Amino acid sequence: MPRRIGTPLRPRDFGLADVGILVASLFSSFLLVWVVFYQLTLLSGGFGFLVCWYGSFLTLYWTVTSQIIDRRVATDRVFSTLVITGASLVVGIVAFIVGWVTWKGATHVRANFFTKDMSHFSPADPHVLNKIGVAHAIVGTVEQVGIAAAIAIPVAVVTAVFLNEVGGRGTRLVRTVVTAMSGLPSIVAGVFIYSILVETSLSHYAGFLASLALFILILPSVTRTTEEVLRIVPGGLREASLALGASEFRTVWSVVLPTARSGMITASLLGIAIAVGETAPLFFTAFGNNNMNPNPLHGAQQALPLVLLDFVRTPQGALVNLAYATAFILLSLVLILFVLARVLGRPRTKKAVWRARLRSLTQRSKTSEIDLPKNVLMMSATSIQKESP
Amino acid sequence: MILFLIGLFLLIQGFPAFHVAGWSFFTSSGFQTVGKTKHFGVEASLYGTVVVAVIALAVGTPVALLTALFLSEYAPKGLRPYLIACVDLAAAIPSVIYGLWAIFELQPNVVGISGWLARHVAWIPIFKVTTPKVNASLFIAGLVVGIMIVPIVASISREVFSLTPPGEKEGALALGATKAAMIRRVVLPFGRGGMISAVMLGMGRALGETIAVVIILSETFQISPHILQSGGSTVAQLIAIHFGTGGPLGTHALLLAGLVLFAVTLAINLAASAIVSRSRSGAGVDL
Repeated sequence: MPRRIGTPLRPRDFGLADVGILVASLFSSFLLVWVVFYQLTLLSGGFGFLVCWYGSFLTLYWTVTSQIIDRRVATDRVFSTLVITGASLVVGIVAFIVGWVTWKGATHVRANFFTKDMSHFSPADPHVLNKIGVAHAIVGTVEQVGIAAAIAIPVAVVTAVFLNEVGGRGTRLVRTVVTAMSGLPSIVAGVFIYSILVETSLSHYAGFLASLALFILILPSVTRTTEEVLRIVPGGLREASLALGASEFRTVWSVVLPTARSGMITASLLGIAIAVGETAPLFFTAFGNNNMNPNPLHGAQQALPLVLLDFVRTPQGALVNLAYATAFILLSLVLILFVLARVLGRPRTKKAVWRARLRSLTQRSKTSEIDLPKNVLMMSATSIQKESP
Repeated sequence: MILFLIGLFLLIQGFPAFHVAGWSFFTSSGFQTVGKTKHFGVEASLYGTVVVAVIALAVGTPVALLTALFLSEYAPKGLRPYLIACVDLAAAIPSVIYGLWAIFELQPNVVGISGWLARHVAWIPIFKVTTPKVNASLFIAGLVVGIMIVPIVASISREVFSLTPPGEKEGALALGATKAAMIRRVVLPFGRGGMISAVMLGMGRALGETIAVVIILSETFQISPHILQSGGSTVAQLIAIHFGTGGPLGTHALLLAGLVLFAVTLAINLAASAIVSRSRSGAGVDL
């Protein structure tokens, strides 16, 4: 039923008639595009069909709504549709990629992929998949990323503390540099490490160099996230600590950092998750290797994304399955780190809040034990003096 | 300091190549560093880099901004944290996996469109195709990179949008604006600086993206406006593919190419952060 123009519409007024308009526009635009696309112009391709359908749906939806209700309402609804589609597109793509890798990879994962390396690879062997694996790459990735994180996280925390707590001159410069660094192409980081260490013969390819490149890459992101976390620590806590006579270092160390701990763990884990997937800097630093090399300080080392890229670029029948399996292992590693970061960074659960309350209670009683006697003595002394005359 | 060092070392290490090639490094293309006729340069690669970045932005920016608006204005409260996590997850998916997905799943689906455009709208120069195939093109590489920059642009813009003073938004709604009008008049102007910087950061990422491009694009050194046809080159891809193949001079040439890439992205990122610090976005808001 058509509404009279001028009747006020509540923002959430989206009744049965509106749903009807939506569905009818979807349906008729589908038919229209179907006729034009497949019957008149003989096109093909599901993707193109979807795009055309969507375009004509939006046009139709806008026209119908503006005829029945109002132009402004039509614009509003079409805009909402666009926004919702955009978001669902992103979610859809993420779900598609994760689902696709899992579906393709999970079925191909075998136990020996985790225990063997590529040294016995021979393309002619029919049972080759039972003799090879990516254990060397897993070890390499864990070591490289571990070392990178071990250097990057303390440096990032110190930088973030400097930016947020210490302040003063240089803050602006450091912040600009951190922002600019966060946009540094990963391949440039690799090339840089290569040019100062390998090209000058100071070192040869080693897993350690990969760690340095990854350090450069994750430092800015961890710094920025940590800074955000530090910023939401309530100023009252800091002031209380300073007012109690604690030094600035003591305040940061015992008040600010513990308060921001869960957020900092999240920041670090997200940085690690990004580092795990970086491929480009590893060409020039870890270089890749077919054998197990557990020593990150000496000799070329393999890494999961690097070995995956090798598999993709040299398509051999047997390796495709291994490539899918490797992709699955890599993605699940990233996913685990990601979920862990979310879980640890979540606002405290009831249980944790309860535990914290208990702790604060016990601490309060402790402080009272220490602090009370003096006060009590003084109080009693004054009261005695007052009472005595 | 690290940034300065990066620039310095790349300059030192790239200098021998510059010595050989001179300014023709920027005006010639190819990678022939061994043998008698030395001929190398980054012209076609720079062109390809820019084309890929432009396509990526054209594809990625609208989707990213719509997503950011959905997350900050439309998403139901209960759903919002999960959607934000989903977008962050998209940023954490390794680029090699994006590349793998693109070559096995995306490309077969998109080639149809490329072919259709090439057949029917070839009178627009950029859609013309002179090669027999339309896969492995700059267009598809740009598409993948566009998908990859969506989470970055979306998460930064979302943060800026969510800083919009609620009073101004409610004021617009109270005056009878529809939600779309409110977003157009209040949220977008407020977040303009942040949006521009997000897009520029995304552009920096798109310029430097290596792995997905290496997987998708088949390397040819030619400057052609026909983005749909097979072949092309980007600077990052040049470095990744030819590393270790060109002898000592080749290595120097690649380091020089790295310096070029570094300088371009650094300039863009610095401009982005300058825009942010000057805009109204996020300023004057006391939480």
